[in-house]
Amino acid sequence: MTLAKKKAMTAYVFLAFPLVFFIGVRFGPMLYAMIRSLTDWSLLRKTNHFIGLENFKAVLTDPVFLKALGNTMRYALVGAPIVIAMSLGIALLLNRIIHARGLFRLIYILPYITPMVAVSWVWRWMYQTPPMGILNALFSALGLPAVEFLISPDQALYSILAVNIWVELGYCTTVFLAGIQTIPMDCVEAAKIDGASEFQIFVKIILPLLMPITLFLMIMQGIQFLRIFTPIYNMSAQAMGGPLDSTKSAALYIYQMAFSKFEMGKASAASLVLFAIIMVVTLLQLKIFDKKANNQE
Amino acid sequence: MKRFKAIGLALTATMLLAAQAISAAPVTITYWQYFYQSKVDLMNDLIKQFEAKNPGIKVDQVTFPYESYNQKVAASIPAGEGPDVINLYSGWLPMYVKAEYIQPLPKSSFGSSDMKAGFYSFVSPAVNFGGKLYSAPTAVRTLALIWNKKLFKEAGLDPEKPPRTLDELADYARKLSKFDAQGNLIQAGLTMQPNGQGHNWIRDVLFRQFGAAPYDATGRKVTYATPQGIAAMQWYMDRIVKDKVGYPNFMTDDVTAFKAQKAAMTIDGSFRVATLKAMKDLEWGIAELPTHNGVKSNFASFWTNSIVSGVKGKQLDASVKFLQFLTSPEVMEQWLAKVGELPANPKIADAHKDDPIINVFMKGLEYAHVTAFVDEAGQRNLFVDMVDEINLKGAKVEDVLKRTAAAEQKIFDDFWK
Repeated sequence: MTLAKKKAMTAYVFLAFPLVFFIGVRFGPMLYAMIRSLTDWSLLRKTNHFIGLENFKAVLTDPVFLKALGNTMRYALVGAPIVIAMSLGIALLLNRIIHARGLFRLIYILPYITPMVAVSWVWRWMYQTPPMGILNALFSALGLPAVEFLISPDQALYSILAVNIWVELGYCTTVFLAGIQTIPMDCVEAAKIDGASEFQIFVKIILPLLMPITLFLMIMQGIQFLRIFTPIYNMSAQAMGGPLDSTKSAALYIYQMAFSKFEMGKASAASLVLFAIIMVVTLLQLKIFDKKANNQE
Repeated sequence: MKRFKAIGLALTATMLLAAQAISAAPVTITYWQYFYQSKVDLMNDLIKQFEAKNPGIKVDQVTFPYESYNQKVAASIPAGEGPDVINLYSGWLPMYVKAEYIQPLPKSSFGSSDMKAGFYSFVSPAVNFGGKLYSAPTAVRTLALIWNKKLFKEAGLDPEKPPRTLDELADYARKLSKFDAQGNLIQAGLTMQPNGQGHNWIRDVLFRQFGAAPYDATGRKVTYATPQGIAAMQWYMDRIVKDKVGYPNFMTDDVTAFKAQKAAMTIDGSFRVATLKAMKDLEWGIAELPTHNGVKSNFASFWTNSIVSGVKGKQLDASVKFLQFLTSPEVMEQWLAKVGELPANPKIADAHKDDPIINVFMKGLEYAHVTAFVDEAGQRNLFVDMVDEINLKGAKVEDVLKRTAAAEQKIFDDFWK
């Protein structure tokens, strides 16, 4: 065996471990879920039978699942673009300041490194109606009317979304900041000498050069918001995704179907539907943004 | 040196255990309950007492957080990883009996006459499925009206005189509610928390007091969608919508609001007594639930012990012995003293009737009903959503109640089909 071959062998051996993990912990269960989605498997039933696509029919005609899917779309379509736009803005601003840059970066990353459960509960309390929540105490001191936040079926989803955006901002800002710092300064300098305005520099140089990072964040955040679970689980009363299912996401629906109704077949079918949606959205994003990114080059 | 001592001790202990094993060949059974500190501590004590009396049997206690308890039970038993003796909520029994997770108790040890003699009368129908008894409780729980004496005084009410009827309750609640300058409720006169005990209060108390039985005699048919049922629900909703004396999730939940002295009255179970007793600066009183039209009603529930399916031979004998021990008068006494839950045997409870708190719950038990839940979480949620739809969406009580009744009927039909 040549040295190169030996080196390759070593690499394969090391790569094999994650592969085993991937197959055993990710891929295997996924396949299993696919098979199980075609059965009437329930934890409370001794036997289970092949029932074709009945589970898919059942979940896709379940108004609660459809509502949960609609909510999930709202989380993703509103949440992900806001996070990307805001974090890009913050990153650009952070890049300009010289003093206390580290401190600001720390402040923005803090929510992200705080456990989501703790974040959710703190916000849940802050959102409480009088006499409890600090936000409403503030409004009250200013003579403003109280805001219902989590107890209103119209506001609860956006209240939870705001928390998730706040958390994800830290991560996206950090990634954008790293990306901005790789932009060669001579390009910017040259543009400045040629008389380009700040806006032109941003649109023609910075934004195109950040395209791969934006694409990456778009996809990651898209997935992140499509499978949103923890803040809803912790911020809605008794983890139900209420009031009136107004905050329930597809992931929470799946969890409830599997672990409080024990209908594993239906839960598997619902997770495959969510999986398909995430896949389609991701592929679409890849296709659209990748093309743009390539065109710029 | 310390380490040698420790090893020496461990070795001796192992040898002793081994010797014991050879002499008695002990049977080990596993007992599951959810984690609740005072219950877990007491159970450890009880196991020691039981093992001392039954040298051939060893009991392992395993606990899980309440939130994931049902999941653990549902996932472990079919996999054969479950316990021998298990503590379950009465409202879960139909589900687990139907799934054949638990087995009927042997008639020789737990016959229907034992059940009649040794337990409150509502226990037997709740553990009887197809003429077989599946479970036996140590303690039972019921509801009462709990009020904050300090807040009563502040409102100019006699702190020793709780409301006796629903009309009085509504009147007191209005007097005890406080609002800020913007009109926000800052002190609830009465907690209105359907996801706590509220749905049980509506279901088995208010409906009955207004003249609507919630379910028929089989427990499989929903019968509250009547003018009387609508009147009961209207009464409940008027407190939230018209009087604004409280609303769901005020201060996150009813227990938090009452403990923080931001709610003057609440309807809660006997299981809350220990928590309230521990709060030194809280002056509270407890009374039977207010009556209406002269009708008294209450809701009873219990955590109860069953033997898991597939347990047989020596394991089964040991499990039955342990179950008999858990339902014995001596354990009921200790359970009352340490956990605060009422003995499931009315005779044992009777000995404590001079305790004013216990007395209130004992009286409530005399006219209490047990709901035959088939999907406790699902049925609870229907009531939570019903209140939200009327309160948050302005839906008509009549329409929503009919929809809820139909949805609950569907849960029953799907379960019993």
